[in-house]
Amino acid sequence: MGTSATYQSIDTNAGSPSPRAITIAIVAMGGEGGGVLADWIVDLAERAGYLAQTTSVPGVAQRTGSTIYYIEIFPEASAAAARKLPVFALMPVPGELDIVLASELMEAGRAIQRGFVTSDRTTLISSTHRVYSMTEKIALGDGQVDSKQLIEAGATAARVFVHRDFERIARETRSVISAALFGALAATGALPFSRAQFEDAIRRGGVGVESSLAGFAASFDATLEPIAQQSNDTAKHSLKVGVQLQPLAARIESQFPPASHAILFAAVQKLADYQDVSYASTYLDELAVIRDVDTKNGNGAFVLLSETARYLALWMSYEDAVRVADLKTRDARFARVHHDSRAGNSELIQIKEFLHPGVEEITDILPAGIGGWMRNSGAPRKIIEKFAHKGRIVNTTSLFGFLQLYALAALRPLRRKSLRFREEHIRIKQWLAQIVEVAKQNYPLALELAECPCVVKGYGDTHIRGRKSFDTLMSTLPKLVHSSDSARILKICRDAALADDTGDKLTAALRELPA
Amino acid sequence: MAERFFTKEVQKLYLGQGQEFRGEGILAVTKALLQSGVSYVAGYQGAPISHLMDVLTDANSILEELGVHFEHSASEATAAATLAASVNYPLRGAITFKSTVGTNVASDALANLASGGVMGGALIIVGEDYGEGSSIMQERSHAFAMKSQMWLLDPRPNLPSIVQAVEQGFALSEASNTPVMLELRIRACHVHGSFVAKDNVRPTFTLKDAIEKPSRDPSRIVLPPGSFLHEHEKIQKRWPAAQKFIQEHALNEWFSDGAQDFGIILQGGMYNTTIRALELLGLSNAFGDTNVPLYVLNVTYPLVDDEIKRFCAGKRGVLVIEEGQPDFIEQNINSILRKADIQTKVHGKGMLPMAGEYTAAAVTRGVFEFVQKYAPEKIDREKLPAVVRPASPSSTQPASNVVSQVHPRPPSFCTGCPERPIFTAMKLVERELGPHHVACDIGCHLFSILPPFNIGATTMGYGLGWASAAALNTKETSKRTISFMGDGGFWHNGLTSGVGNAVFNQSDNVLVVVDNSYTAATGGQDILSSEAINPIRTTQLSIADAVRGVGVKWVRTITRTYDLVAMRDTLKEALTTKEKGPKVIVAQSECSLNKQRRVKPQLLKLQKEGKRIVRERFGVDADTCTGDHSCIRLSGCPSLSIAPNPDPLRKDPVATVLESCVGCGLCGEVAHAARLCPSFFQTEVISNPTEWDNFKARIAGTVIRFLQRRTNRRLAGITA
Repeated sequence: MGTSATYQSIDTNAGSPSPRAITIAIVAMGGEGGGVLADWIVDLAERAGYLAQTTSVPGVAQRTGSTIYYIEIFPEASAAAARKLPVFALMPVPGELDIVLASELMEAGRAIQRGFVTSDRTTLISSTHRVYSMTEKIALGDGQVDSKQLIEAGATAARVFVHRDFERIARETRSVISAALFGALAATGALPFSRAQFEDAIRRGGVGVESSLAGFAASFDATLEPIAQQSNDTAKHSLKVGVQLQPLAARIESQFPPASHAILFAAVQKLADYQDVSYASTYLDELAVIRDVDTKNGNGAFVLLSETARYLALWMSYEDAVRVADLKTRDARFARVHHDSRAGNSELIQIKEFLHPGVEEITDILPAGIGGWMRNSGAPRKIIEKFAHKGRIVNTTSLFGFLQLYALAALRPLRRKSLRFREEHIRIKQWLAQIVEVAKQNYPLALELAECPCVVKGYGDTHIRGRKSFDTLMSTLPKLVHSSDSARILKICRDAALADDTGDKLTAALRELPA
Repeated sequence: MAERFFTKEVQKLYLGQGQEFRGEGILAVTKALLQSGVSYVAGYQGAPISHLMDVLTDANSILEELGVHFEHSASEATAAATLAASVNYPLRGAITFKSTVGTNVASDALANLASGGVMGGALIIVGEDYGEGSSIMQERSHAFAMKSQMWLLDPRPNLPSIVQAVEQGFALSEASNTPVMLELRIRACHVHGSFVAKDNVRPTFTLKDAIEKPSRDPSRIVLPPGSFLHEHEKIQKRWPAAQKFIQEHALNEWFSDGAQDFGIILQGGMYNTTIRALELLGLSNAFGDTNVPLYVLNVTYPLVDDEIKRFCAGKRGVLVIEEGQPDFIEQNINSILRKADIQTKVHGKGMLPMAGEYTAAAVTRGVFEFVQKYAPEKIDREKLPAVVRPASPSSTQPASNVVSQVHPRPPSFCTGCPERPIFTAMKLVERELGPHHVACDIGCHLFSILPPFNIGATTMGYGLGWASAAALNTKETSKRTISFMGDGGFWHNGLTSGVGNAVFNQSDNVLVVVDNSYTAATGGQDILSSEAINPIRTTQLSIADAVRGVGVKWVRTITRTYDLVAMRDTLKEALTTKEKGPKVIVAQSECSLNKQRRVKPQLLKLQKEGKRIVRERFGVDADTCTGDHSCIRLSGCPSLSIAPNPDPLRKDPVATVLESCVGCGLCGEVAHAARLCPSFFQTEVISNPTEWDNFKARIAGTVIRFLQRRTNRRLAGITA
């Protein structure tokens, strides 16, 4: 629905003997300019021979919270004929809305939830972009809701459903979402007014007329065009690598099952980029044993191999100061920042990094011996602490700033000798060994075990907390390995570790464990 | 400088006899005041009547032409006391505030005013902040009218009715020597409509006359024996006078009386909703031509007994549509009918919900049940509206599908809000010193109780942040409590109720005054400590000086709340210092909403003039972000969001900074103070760079590009 341009305007006499008002709700978030859109609609209607009324409920709800603007319009002619003024309602009635405009997809969902969108009469126009809720944003992992379900609900609930990324259209035309939604409204023909009448309302509005008209036009057209097919994620996993990695590619294709190829191709590129080609090749060596144990104990889907491969690659490419400096000094990154800054040709941009290396980050990259000594013994540690107690701001676009980071990145060849490298690879070996052991007796548990590194994230304290949780999870294995639903329990504990950043939920989950 | 400017709308206040006024309900009220020959207006801003105050501010020149005095009162109590000018002089005065919270504050003065009564018309315009969009406890202003015997107008929510209510309100007040309350619901305040204007009236008796020829009447003063006489006067003189005026001027309205042997009695404010309910049930057309008798109470207190009896006599039953509880009107009607021995059945709460907003859906259900009982044949069951139709799976299914996908979206701190870093600092302090008891106040800072901060235990009213921690003050522990107060609440009463109280009672606890230069939550109005130079108000006074003035020794001022380290360390010092006695931290930075509105145009202008401008914003490097989102949990900025992870191996979304970023700098400060991650960077875009800028950029650029080419050589041939 809504994809083909079969929009019809509203029959104001549907079902009732006397004319009734056309009812319009704008569901938005405070500060998004829903008021501007409401004013345009009122002005449009009043100039086109309609009586109009709009109401809203401002107040603190305007501070980025959900809010509703409600409009009713009524043909002046019918009022004149009756020699009476219509009595307008001040709030939307569930099931009685002709048009609902949603500035964001979850707000469209909210309108559906409140019963404002019904298949007998409602034209629902919603932007498909997401402004994420706090709940979605503060999750330690992925807390996003499913946009697909919201769009499907819109399609079932509405009479006509127009859904496009109006936020993108607005951005591309340097306009505002109100203008884009106004354009879509015009295109649906849900209101008995011409495009010219809509555009005149924008002109009379007087603010940002040109950009608003551009946004209006762009979304008017987009609404009438069928929806462009989304490119799906497989593009993300391309099965191509550069010349340097051809031998490894050949090895992957000959020695590893196709089910794992997407991840392996991505992994060897990441590791070669991170360290060098031989590092990527070591990675494949490490995985051979996992492949074999999966072949023996798995169901042929090679999930164990794929997931182990994913987390092994991420683990082997742990973010140390060298890696960070390397990534921050690349020209591709400079280009990206320049693009995002929307700087014009005559404008200069400066990039200032907010860095705060602690004692750990510094000793991490030192040769194991020195690093260990400095980290643990009092005096030298004090010295580094002095140096590292304050965060620093490095201007990567300045000569001095860039050289600092570039020099740091140049330590990459020495990484194999570094303290952190040794520590991480000891832990990696232990983890891999455990996967093999467990897989032999309890394959489902091994699957969960393979995903456990996902609790280790971030830098500094966040990273230390994550590593603690990981160790805790590992320590539960002996208890679990023989119990029947051990896999489920380990997953519960792993999710608990990601449920807060204090570790309380994990501790609680562990108390539930069978003794 | 308020959040909204009405300079254009204000011109409408000049409209004369017969011209059409189009605009917001609250603006219509302003015009009505001028048409009524008002002499003075005072009030305290707050939704839904903030715009009334803002309009008057922008209209000050017009007011002066008409000899009208306008004040931003220090509090609602001040506003109410201002009405004393109408006790001894024939001066019409109006005050306005948010209700019931404002009426709570005002009630001492209002009670005294109502006791002695008034000579000039005294109008109290209350914005009834009830139902959807409300930010306060759900109560009724009705109770205040009853307890002090002030009359309460609740006009039909259309501009002509509202304007008429203002004009008749003054007349009623004068006819009955009683202050009159005019209740406007949230949507009525913001309703867009039109009415035919009249000429503005310059009062014949002016403030000047009152000041130059003072007069007094001891019998109007609340002191025995006067106070006892006042009570009898209310019952014997003013009440009957009011009822007489209401009847003679037909303030209440009758529709289709006699059409049925049942009918509806409703508050004026519920009229449009009731008509829509009847229309949906096929009992009215869009113009309100209904065949169900309606008795519309544009005056909800006092009721006119004779009118109630007349409407109910000969009817089997009536439905009372009275929003809010307790059901004062319904009880009153029952007692009137009982005493008159009229057997008409009274329905109300029961068919309608006892508590909660009377939405169109709720009223439609109530009216449906009522008509079902008395004349079921009048409703076409084939054409029932959705809200009374028995729910079918097909109709409810889409709604139930989305429930799990829709999260609550409460208001929160705006992008760049200077209050956010204060609570980020609190989180960091919490990590070191553990949780503290935190007493909150009224204002944007109350959003701290929501995720991601989850800070704050109570809120007891505007300016009462520190007062509400008063009991938690004992020598048995060295641990301290923290209270919050906004600059608005501070000047409203917090200086005495909180700071003075803490000094006098030798508190050892901590107060943080959030000083953002405006009463931000009410729409950015100026106060004593505002930085802005306001032509009609005195500003730029120091909160820290005021606090020292009442005897606080330990006072610290943070002039940049975004300085997270300073904020954190000052909080820590306040909580741990050996020094005894109350401790006050004044945390200053301008409200971002107002700052952006102020600064943006200036920058654009300078840029056009070719001046060197630096635009700042923040960013996150997606390839070093590991997607743990701890930065978001310490900030909650609307501009700090999540985005798909570009790394095919990673499953979790990365943090990202949206274009709405205003470059306040908190992200960077958090990354530093909490040692989060190296992914944050600040971009400075320099417009109209100087020669020196360009020179440095050229040199650096050459070297940088050379070295980057070396890196590229290493990476060549890794990706296809």
